[in-house]
Amino acid sequence: MSFEFPILSLVIWLPIVFGIAVLATGNDRNANSARVISLIGAILGFIAAIPLYSNFNSASGTMQFVEHLVWFERFNVNYHVGIDGISMPLILLNCFITPLVIVAGWEVIKDRVSQYMGAFLLMSGIVNGVFASLDAILFYVFWEASLIPMFLIIGIWGGPNRVYAAIKFFLYTLLGSLLMLIAFIYLYQTSGGSFSIQDYHQLAIPLTPQILIFVAFLLAFAVKVPMWPVHTWLPDAHVEAPTGGSVVLAAILLKLGGYGFLRFSLPIAPDASHYLADMMIALSLIAVVYISLIALIQADMKKLIAYSSVAHMGFVTLGFFLFNAIGIEGAMVQMISHGFISGAMFLCVGVLYDRLHSRQIADYGGVVNKMPIFAAFFMLFAMANAGLPGTSGFVGEFMVIMASIKTNFWYAFLAATTLIFGASYTLWMYKRVIFGAVASPAVQQLNDISKREFAILAILAIAVLWMGLYPYPVTEVMHATIDHLLVHVSNSKL
Amino acid sequence: MNFIPPDFAPASSEIFMLIMVCIVMLADLSAGEGRRYVAYLLTQITLLGCALLTFLSFTTDVIETFSGMFVDDAMADILKLMVYATVSAVLIYSHAYISDRGMLKGEFFSLILFATLGMMVMISSSHFLTLYIGLELLSLSMYALVALQRDSVVATEAAMKFFVLGALASGFLLYGMSMVYGATGTLHVSHLAQIIQSEASSKEVLVVGLVFIVSGIAFKLSAAPFHMWAPDVYQGAPTAITLFIGSAPKLAAFGFVMRLLVEGMGEMVADWQGMLVILAVLSMAVGNIAAIAQSNIKRMLAYSTISHMGFLLLGFISADSNGYSSALFYVIAYVLMTLGTFAVIMTLCRYGFEAENIDDFKGLSKRNPWYAFITLLLMLSLTGIPPMIGFYAKFAVLQAVVNAGYVWLAVAAVLFSLIGAFYYLRIIKLMYFDEPETQEPIVSNSDVKILLSANGFAVLALGIFPQALMGLSLYAIQNSM
Repeated sequence: MSFEFPILSLVIWLPIVFGIAVLATGNDRNANSARVISLIGAILGFIAAIPLYSNFNSASGTMQFVEHLVWFERFNVNYHVGIDGISMPLILLNCFITPLVIVAGWEVIKDRVSQYMGAFLLMSGIVNGVFASLDAILFYVFWEASLIPMFLIIGIWGGPNRVYAAIKFFLYTLLGSLLMLIAFIYLYQTSGGSFSIQDYHQLAIPLTPQILIFVAFLLAFAVKVPMWPVHTWLPDAHVEAPTGGSVVLAAILLKLGGYGFLRFSLPIAPDASHYLADMMIALSLIAVVYISLIALIQADMKKLIAYSSVAHMGFVTLGFFLFNAIGIEGAMVQMISHGFISGAMFLCVGVLYDRLHSRQIADYGGVVNKMPIFAAFFMLFAMANAGLPGTSGFVGEFMVIMASIKTNFWYAFLAATTLIFGASYTLWMYKRVIFGAVASPAVQQLNDISKREFAILAILAIAVLWMGLYPYPVTEVMHATIDHLLVHVSNSKL
Repeated sequence: MNFIPPDFAPASSEIFMLIMVCIVMLADLSAGEGRRYVAYLLTQITLLGCALLTFLSFTTDVIETFSGMFVDDAMADILKLMVYATVSAVLIYSHAYISDRGMLKGEFFSLILFATLGMMVMISSSHFLTLYIGLELLSLSMYALVALQRDSVVATEAAMKFFVLGALASGFLLYGMSMVYGATGTLHVSHLAQIIQSEASSKEVLVVGLVFIVSGIAFKLSAAPFHMWAPDVYQGAPTAITLFIGSAPKLAAFGFVMRLLVEGMGEMVADWQGMLVILAVLSMAVGNIAAIAQSNIKRMLAYSTISHMGFLLLGFISADSNGYSSALFYVIAYVLMTLGTFAVIMTLCRYGFEAENIDDFKGLSKRNPWYAFITLLLMLSLTGIPPMIGFYAKFAVLQAVVNAGYVWLAVAAVLFSLIGAFYYLRIIKLMYFDEPETQEPIVSNSDVKILLSANGFAVLALGIFPQALMGLSLYAIQNSM
């Protein structure tokens, strides 16, 4: 093929260009045009991403839609992008979530609208860039750049304690990524002057440096996932962030960490990964069990969902470090499904928060009497969060549990407790918020969801059910890539 | 004995500058009060003329003249062009500030030009004495500039401190040079390198001399533990002067270190490497940690400078053209960021009001979204977040450090810059997350607006496309070694 339309670049840069255009609309006098432009940009971004799926060759485990341009020669850094079966679904997820977030903030955000909408579009393009980068420095640039919009989103439109949460979020993530930068520079030296991620996959590295590289990557990715014990920034960030910020944080940004493990840690440091697998599994199981218990006692709905995110992402890291195809595939499915479910859960809390300006479970009760349609949607997502068969939440967890039982019965046993704990904290919260007598005069005043809210929740509901009943289209594109990855991981690189 | 006149051509820009300084002084005297713009315009024309002369005489050869005391090479030309641009920007940024505070006098311009001449001589010298003369010309002009606001107690105090400590540093430097002379019998940079290489000199005396020279350099660079003067001077000096002190002289200091340590005493790299490691780590630690505690923005930026100088020194540690060019890139990036940051501070100042505290940034995004956005870029760049230029500066230096085998040093450097991230983020927090305390409009002339926008744009654009500047830095170093 001689010339191909640079679809991937379009997917990365189109939201960014629209984001800048939205920022250029200036102050709140032009709020409506800012909203409309950003929605157009987000929808075009999603449409642009569709060919990535439809033209994807799922039989191939290599990179597709590759674009390669010299960026700066001084350090042999290239604009090198491409996708495989791991990054493609994540890019689609990101492009899918962005319009929903824009719509979710449509009426709620009244202050500095253009900056809010622009930040989300910029974020969307930057995150696509992270998933598509095949050059370590390009990856790093996108990775760090994604901090800036989120920092501002939390800090400007967040709750009362937003400054603390925003700075904690920024510094925590920066700590991990700076060490990752050192690892990249080290790999640049060892590989004789290359920043290509695919070159790193072929690199032979002795065990001690491999472990150090693994640890540097681990700090960067574990903070993002987040794994226990570096998860403490997440509840703070979620609680303070505006609804849209929480959705993007949970649905998209956490996936960056999971993606990083698959793209960097496992194939670049396979021996260290095997060497430290027990530790990783232990940390994952602690996240699954212990964080679930913490979620149980939360009085704040957003905090509860934040902790449940940590627990669910524990499944993802657990799946990765079992080193078999079904585990990794299950982890990938779990990431996508968590994107839908956690996004939907935060949107549901947002719906309530917009009306009552409280996130405390105790302030609610009997909401079903006033908001029956909302209660039905919330029920579906709560069930999905608890891992009910037929919803997307079940598929990933089930696959990971299956994979872990092959490795060790007790891994599977501990992981499976999530089905109980997850149901407990989610459904108990649901019961206290939705059922019972109408708790207060404020609840008595509630109106059911608007058409705008209905549309968002309905789209997510379809996604959750579709992935739960027929996950094949998602898993099918991953097979070849994950097999390819496992070949790398099982070969020693000492 | 017949007298052969030296080749004046390589020093044409210096000679032009010297003549023009006298003309500026005289012209200002005859133009008198109320027509100060004459001196201002003449100063800008001088810088432009120097730039032209330097540009026209640009050469990839290394040309020595005045019996080898003066050198013109690619690095000198590039550094000088940067110095002219920086000084010119300083003048544009500070014009309104200076005239509001009654400092717009002929002396201001002539002192700035003399200081610039000092920098040019420093950059181009290939003899320890010329180096010293250039340094003193720069330093004495700076002392006088700090004290320009005669009736201000803080400024006078700052000038005194600057003078006393600066004189001490010069003493150190001279003492070190005299020891080097005692050991080798020469002060020519190139002869010195040969003699040290041939090991015909006393190593012990040389090392002692080197210690003094490095201390002197650390003083001038404000690297810890010789940094004490910087916070007081930055705070005490009028902001426009702080801008000047904090920007262009760093470029000259880079040239100074290159001539003294790399070209002159490059054979003793093993000796000065260890000293620089200590200076760099201490500077990054002291600068970043102390900056957190500051509530005065100028003081905070002084500590930030100290930490950046630590990073700059890291570039020299790898002792190859890769490392030196990283350091050059770093210093250019640093100057660009400093210019913008102080320019924003000066736009916050009004007649009779000094923006001194970091709280003065409160709510800037509501008062002036555009300046707030530029400051956002600058702060992120100072933190080292891509895609701003500050990231590539740090990246290039770290790469050189890892290349030299000091992985631990790179880890230490990034951990300190993580600490540093906090106080830059605090400025962003004040601008974007807090409400403004005053609704005073922010007025600035259109030339400042345009230049500041260009400055912010450069921080971003050179970050997205760093190749040109990186290539230039490498070219400068490779063609002069």
